[in-house]
Amino acid sequence: MMFGNGRNGKNGSHDKDANGTIIALCGIRKVYDTGAIKVEALCGVDLAVRENEFLAIMGPSGSGKSTLMNIIGCLDTATEGSYRLRGEQVTGLTIDRLAEIRNRRVGFVFQNFNLLPQLTAYENVEMPLLFKGTPARERRARVQHLFEQVGLTDRMLHRPVELSGGQMQRVAIARALACEPDIILADEPTGNLDTTSGRDIVGIFEELWKKGHTLVLITHDAAIAARTRRVVRVQDGVVVSDELAA
Amino acid sequence: MRTLSLIVRLFRSAAKIQRKRMVLTMTAIAWGTIAILLLLSFGEGLKRSLQQGQHGLGESLVIIWMGETEKAYVGLPAGRPIRLIPDDVELVLKNVPEIAGASGEMHNWNVQLVNGRTALNKRVVGVHPAYGELRATYPQAGGRYIDELDQQLKRRVVFLGNELAKDLFGAGDPVGKTLLVADMPFTVIGVLQKKRQMGMYGGPDSDRATIPLSTFEAMFGRRYLSNLIYKPATDDLSPAAKRRFMEVLGGKYRFDPADTRALYFWDTIEQAKVFEKMMIGIEIFLGVIGGLTLIIGGVGVANIMFAAVTHRTREIGVQMALGARRLYITGAIVLESLALTFLGGLFGIGIGAAIVQTLAAVQAHAKSEAMEFLGQPTISVPIAVTTVTLLGLIGLLAGYFPARRAVSVQPAEALRFE
Repeated sequence: MMFGNGRNGKNGSHDKDANGTIIALCGIRKVYDTGAIKVEALCGVDLAVRENEFLAIMGPSGSGKSTLMNIIGCLDTATEGSYRLRGEQVTGLTIDRLAEIRNRRVGFVFQNFNLLPQLTAYENVEMPLLFKGTPARERRARVQHLFEQVGLTDRMLHRPVELSGGQMQRVAIARALACEPDIILADEPTGNLDTTSGRDIVGIFEELWKKGHTLVLITHDAAIAARTRRVVRVQDGVVVSDELAA
Repeated sequence: MRTLSLIVRLFRSAAKIQRKRMVLTMTAIAWGTIAILLLLSFGEGLKRSLQQGQHGLGESLVIIWMGETEKAYVGLPAGRPIRLIPDDVELVLKNVPEIAGASGEMHNWNVQLVNGRTALNKRVVGVHPAYGELRATYPQAGGRYIDELDQQLKRRVVFLGNELAKDLFGAGDPVGKTLLVADMPFTVIGVLQKKRQMGMYGGPDSDRATIPLSTFEAMFGRRYLSNLIYKPATDDLSPAAKRRFMEVLGGKYRFDPADTRALYFWDTIEQAKVFEKMMIGIEIFLGVIGGLTLIIGGVGVANIMFAAVTHRTREIGVQMALGARRLYITGAIVLESLALTFLGGLFGIGIGAAIVQTLAAVQAHAKSEAMEFLGQPTISVPIAVTTVTLLGLIGLLAGYFPARRAVSVQPAEALRFE
């Protein structure tokens, strides 16, 4: 509310979180200024995601879907527009506050896993808990529980190179869940996996959704998008369609 | 506390990779440390060696030569020569309490010395017994210096410089042997202990024969001193001693105590102060050279840290995505840099100290004059403190700047990095 910047008249209902809205994007623009040329990756995106939605953002490469995910995940800041996460105005927050939001509110799953290679799977999952400041005993129990959830208890002490792609992605999902985030963001989570492993991963996501988690998937795979409950299509920096599954 | 343990954890995880790079960095720092350590140690050694050389003339010594008055005084004209006699030493000691010891000195620079078939023409000096102590001319074991009794009885005894003794008597011990000094038989009572003498007048002490002043007077029929030396009770009293000295002798010989030409002073105390300043200059110079070398090592560390940080950009991006505060990331990088610098420094100090010790041991047995002059390299506490402080500072800076750069980008950008 304090940082409202005049664009929010259009979609006023999203400003309230009473109705379970987790993400409220309003008039988001993102311009990459490389000096010589300015590239407008997002040109006025409005999007609302409510609690326990299972959403796919689709679009061809260069459509701005990754930029959109970065902004939703507080990995990047919008050039213009307002973004509320659970009612909290995110635009204009300090870098360390944003780090805290990423730590506690958002869980990331990346296409290329982004596990730290020199650490064991256990240590990778433990990391967000360390940043959060969870006490050691609680941390151990939590990590143990997470590995049980993704079915990898026998691989906890392996390094990422000793794991298959599917296993790595499951470790990444465990890591994303570590701090019980409000939302899980997955950027092409099956992009580097074979079909079987990919299906398994989407299966895990479905299960999480059934348990009450909110998930946003970025994908260009129609088969995966078909398994979600809502598909948002992005093209040339704008939302072109927003359909609920039957 | 939590922050610290987190930083240590991140540091440990980073330390698991790139061992080779770490070794190279540490080598650079070790090299710089060795350089600064050696330069400063040699500076210290040179300083001590020079100080020692200066003391070869005698510590806190003032030497006076006779001059001519420049100012007319109590009706006497300018241009009168002032000549001191042996009794003036007594007079000065009695009337100038600031003076701790004094001796007269008479020189004859061409006296024939004969031992058997060896004949040499050398300088012979007549002195008071106090001269030995004042001028740091100590006898070798088995010998002695000229004493009061020699002076009172005008004994024909001679104290030889070590080089002169070797020239006259060869390798054998000359003490107790007879030497002809200007055709008169003298007994050798002692030989000078080898010493390094930098300041000198009338040739080095090692190449002269010394006899009691009273004997000298009688033998050569001299009345006047060639010069007079004294030592003030303390260095601080030197100006007061000089003033009183001029007043006492000015009273006796009737010259203005402010007449600077009546007597010439060579004040080694003043000289020592100048020397001290010069040495500080040399040490600063050596320190700066060493410091610059160390800084080059530091630039190496910064460079490698930059490379390491760039290499780990994605990893840092992941950590940021997972919610690492900036402090955790910068802290880990600075810690890494400090650890590298510290380890490198430790090796450097170890190797440097070993080199210094070895050289010092070699020096102790060295015969060459040049090596002797270089002195024994010495590691002192200030050197160690300087080195360690510089190392810490370098480590901090070399880590801080790459770290600041690492966290200055958006996590999204860091994650895109290939």
